[in-house]
Amino acid sequence: MEESSREIHSLKTKIGDWVIVFICVLIALICLLPMINLLAKSLSGTDYLIKHEVYLIPKGFNFDAYTTVLKDIKYIKAFGWTAFLTLICTFLSLAMSTLCAYPLIFPALKGRRVINAFITITMFFNAGTIPNYLLMQKLGLLDNPLVLIVPGCLSVYNMIILRSFFYGIPESLRESAEIDGASYFTVLLKIYLPLSKPVLATLALFYAVGRWNGYSDALMYMKNKDFYPLQLLLYNILNNINQVEVQTQEGWSAPGLQESLKAAIVMFSTIPILCIYPFLQKYFIQGVTLGAVKE
Amino acid sequence: MAKTEDNKNSGGNFAFEKPERAKPAKQPVSVYIKRYWQLYLLLALPIAYFVVFKYSPMYYILIAFKKYSIVQTVAEMPWAKNHGFEYFIKAFQNKDFLYALRNTIVLNLLDIIVGFPVPIIFALLLNELRFKFFKKSVQTIAYMPHFLSWVIIYGIALQLFTPSSGLVNMVIQRMGFPAVKFLEDGANWVKTYIGLGIWQSFGWNSIIYLAAISGISPELYEAASVDGAGRFQKMWHITLPGIRSTIVVLLILALGNVLGSNFDRPFALQNNLVMQQAEVLSTFVYKYGIKSLQFSLTTAVGLFQSIVNVIFLVLANWFSRNMGERGIL
Repeated sequence: MEESSREIHSLKTKIGDWVIVFICVLIALICLLPMINLLAKSLSGTDYLIKHEVYLIPKGFNFDAYTTVLKDIKYIKAFGWTAFLTLICTFLSLAMSTLCAYPLIFPALKGRRVINAFITITMFFNAGTIPNYLLMQKLGLLDNPLVLIVPGCLSVYNMIILRSFFYGIPESLRESAEIDGASYFTVLLKIYLPLSKPVLATLALFYAVGRWNGYSDALMYMKNKDFYPLQLLLYNILNNINQVEVQTQEGWSAPGLQESLKAAIVMFSTIPILCIYPFLQKYFIQGVTLGAVKE
Repeated sequence: MAKTEDNKNSGGNFAFEKPERAKPAKQPVSVYIKRYWQLYLLLALPIAYFVVFKYSPMYYILIAFKKYSIVQTVAEMPWAKNHGFEYFIKAFQNKDFLYALRNTIVLNLLDIIVGFPVPIIFALLLNELRFKFFKKSVQTIAYMPHFLSWVIIYGIALQLFTPSSGLVNMVIQRMGFPAVKFLEDGANWVKTYIGLGIWQSFGWNSIIYLAAISGISPELYEAASVDGAGRFQKMWHITLPGIRSTIVVLLILALGNVLGSNFDRPFALQNNLVMQQAEVLSTFVYKYGIKSLQFSLTTAVGLFQSIVNVIFLVLANWFSRNMGERGIL
């Protein structure tokens, strides 16, 4: 009696396990299938696309769409410019976050509470879109490539993550260095930064993704098309094509090519991030968890 | 006094005794500065950043109460009518603004009602997975959409939902149903918007719940197993109570942000056919302000939004504390 009920129990658990595995596979597919569809379309021949025959496997396999994109100097330039921007922004933001977070962990620093409040307030109260726009105008940053770098170079949220991490480094480490006569700056360079590599990697990922994916600042402050980041260029392309489709439904030239081209451009502008993030998974999970722990 | 002395001598630091922090001896300012100037120097650049880019634009908020003109400075601009509140009144008489206000609230509330439980359920499911490699793979895949920009997600949505050639519509038509206008019809657009939002964020948002779950003591589960508790009983009586405070704090934070509006998501996803459902405050301010140069009106709208947001947040924080949870401010 006892035996059989235990068997039923373990059978139930086993079935439950498989149901959960099944649901998780389903969830993973929901995340993946759109990308696979996109990839299939970007690699398919135009004839199959016009006939709406491409689902998840490319038909009439070819790289035409990608060669077209790679031949177009416009995309290459935007890609290079965005990569450059991302690199600069990430380094600058990491430096700024460190400069801001490090001094604030010293309990003896006078005015520390005031400075903390001064910074935290900006998280909850923002001057607004138009005042920011007018400021950029006043500073001569409109249409200036610096507008894509400087105004976003410090995120309070990311700074708090770094600060929380710094708090976690034992005080005794820095105190012994101080006794040895090391300056605060040396302590930062020699002790804190080397120990903070994982969290710095996380912040680098957050900042880099933010810059790579951001387009609203360029949309608002940048009229010069030469300085458009990739995402804004992509937005304009998608929308122009879409408008045409809404107006004329089926009647434009080579819709199949347009479609595989669109898919190829989307793939082209998202691949760098998709290649990087899985390797940083361990770190960004820690980063998110640290961000949730406020002082 | 003598007792403390004793403790120190014996080297005993009793847990119930509050460790006395050595009060810094009164030192002259020059000594303090000599010791700490480096830290202030490090802080100089970040503070300058906050002053210039976060605080100085607050001066332009005055424009909400003034009649904006390009040729005058803010101080020279004349005050608006109705004790300076002309543009606030105008905003509330503006049909587009009222749509934007309604849509902001409706979309945010739908995000919470439909979207909030999803990462919790996902975290609970992941927690039940036994095979480490499989679990990690599912996680990696589920985090992926978070790293896509909204423009890219819009591009993907076009590939999926276009009436003639989108994957989803191709399948729907194959099955003999008429194509669905996911992006061109207002009511459908709202569903698509909410769905894409969940798709983009559920994996990422589950991280925080997974971290909370991993903090629950395994002994609780073992004890429950001994008592013969099943999977759902353990979820209901151990896991959920274990992450209750995380859930409450995040829910309250989300409710406090119900008038907040992010720009990238609605702007990337909206199109001219669904503006009545898709316009939100941030996109309204962009179009009326930066595009049509109605600076006073849109600054007023922005200020209204900021103030209501702060009030909601403070209320939410107060509510959270009163429920005995950790505050968020």
